[in-house]
Amino acid sequence: MAEAVEAPVTEASGTVFAPGPGFVEGFRAYGLIVGMWLRSTMAYPASFLMTAVGNFAATAFDFVTIMLMFAHVDALGGYTLAEIALLYGASGTAFGLADLLMGSMDRLGRRVRDGTLDTLLVRPVPVLAQVAADRFALRRLGRITQGLLVLGYGLVVADIEWTVAKAVLLPLMLLSGAVIFGAVFVAGGAFQFIAQDASQVQNSFTYGGNTLLQYPPTIFAKDLVRGVTFVVPLAFVNWLPALYILGRDLPLGLPDGVAFLPPVVAAVCATGAGLAWRAGLRAYRSTGS
Amino acid sequence: MRVYAVVAAGGFRRYATYRIETAAGVFTNTVFGFILAYTYVALWDERPRLGGYDMPEALTFVWLGQALLMTCVMMGGGFEDELIERIRTGDIAVDLYRPVDLQMWWLAQDLGRAGFHLLGRGIVPMVLGALAFDLALPGSPGPWLAFLVSVALGVVVSFAIRYLVALSAFWLMDGAGAAQIAFLSGLFFSGMLLPLTLFPGLLGEVARVLPWSAMLQVPADVFLGKHTGWGLVRVYVFQASWAAVLLLVGRMVQSVATRRVVVQGG
Repeated sequence: MAEAVEAPVTEASGTVFAPGPGFVEGFRAYGLIVGMWLRSTMAYPASFLMTAVGNFAATAFDFVTIMLMFAHVDALGGYTLAEIALLYGASGTAFGLADLLMGSMDRLGRRVRDGTLDTLLVRPVPVLAQVAADRFALRRLGRITQGLLVLGYGLVVADIEWTVAKAVLLPLMLLSGAVIFGAVFVAGGAFQFIAQDASQVQNSFTYGGNTLLQYPPTIFAKDLVRGVTFVVPLAFVNWLPALYILGRDLPLGLPDGVAFLPPVVAAVCATGAGLAWRAGLRAYRSTGS
Repeated sequence: MRVYAVVAAGGFRRYATYRIETAAGVFTNTVFGFILAYTYVALWDERPRLGGYDMPEALTFVWLGQALLMTCVMMGGGFEDELIERIRTGDIAVDLYRPVDLQMWWLAQDLGRAGFHLLGRGIVPMVLGALAFDLALPGSPGPWLAFLVSVALGVVVSFAIRYLVALSAFWLMDGAGAAQIAFLSGLFFSGMLLPLTLFPGLLGEVARVLPWSAMLQVPADVFLGKHTGWGLVRVYVFQASWAAVLLLVGRMVQSVATRRVVVQGG
């Protein structure tokens, strides 16, 4: 995932801030910074444990809410609890992966504002690797764990006629979904070069997108579904592939084949986010502080 | 008293300077409002009058939640981060020498902040929600005023809880864990995820008497006209009692904690 997202950026650093650090170096730097934050996190083990459990519980409360809803109804938007669990788990896992690897992107605005971004620019390491690894939070494993558990529940309980194609599609869906969310994180970061205080807008698309995808598309207005299919293609994270796995009709009358497009959409998103990041970095003017 | 009024005004002005952040926040509240509203429509389509609300009331509940999210700080992340940092670095020692009451100083500041967030982050999502959905808005000024009083009490309860969270840093040094637990409780037990009247059995009964219900469930019900006359007085007393108890506990914890401040140095 990181590879696809970072590739164009390495190029950007090379053209904008010569000498171009290698692609491998970006990874190495990411790993080193992550290692540093891991050691720092473990300095307060009790707090780490509390936040990891908290991270798990925070996301679990989302699903508890859905379960509370199902205490009153048998189906929501025509979908059973097991089917919604599958949608929820797929989105939650993909989002959790992206959040773990790129979730620190929303701090970029603050760095632009207080001038600490300049420090990152003079280091011979891709800026994206530094920003993404900044304050790496291992506690976010809690979210992934929770997503996987609900996904597992959905897969076991929902009525699915398994085929080879569906079995292949399942891991592809999770990885592509993580790349799509990761691209949104990076694009959001790029946007913060311009609008420094607007990390909340990014949250609408990441956290908001994740919440949206937890529910079936049938409950949302057609225009909203169109928007997240064709404009910000979040529907490819889980709706389209998961509905195919469930043997449901895809929204907007899309043909079944579309369910297999997530890897392509992910690649396009990653490239687009990379270009946006490059443009953002170019537009950056230091505060001078 | 005058000094606290100045501090509150300062709290208001401080947040008023972040205009882009406010606009971005309004955008986020609106996006989440829409997503939640659609899920509520699906739910109330299946079960009309669920939890004692009809569809417009349920949708009003959604948008009130978005409007009050920052005012009552249901998700945490206000002054307490700053206070935790001051405790961690030892700067708190300086604060304790100041000739103002520490708790009242932060409360005044937080009330100013809440006032700004109610105007800056509350009105626009509510208006947009009312344009897109059929909401149950009070027709007379009475419920609006009653609602504002309830919100003010909710803010004080919210402050008192977050003050305790911040004080935990005296023992834990890093307040992130305690802050996270407070954030979770706030989100779940305030009614932000689902009105507390939908919580089944004992869970529902417990949730409705916990202090977090003073932050959204009670103000929303006041807004929707569910509490009038003596009922209104009763919920005000409920909110005020929690505020008083939690503020008092905060003072007690503070006096124990400040004896430790020497250990950490400054």
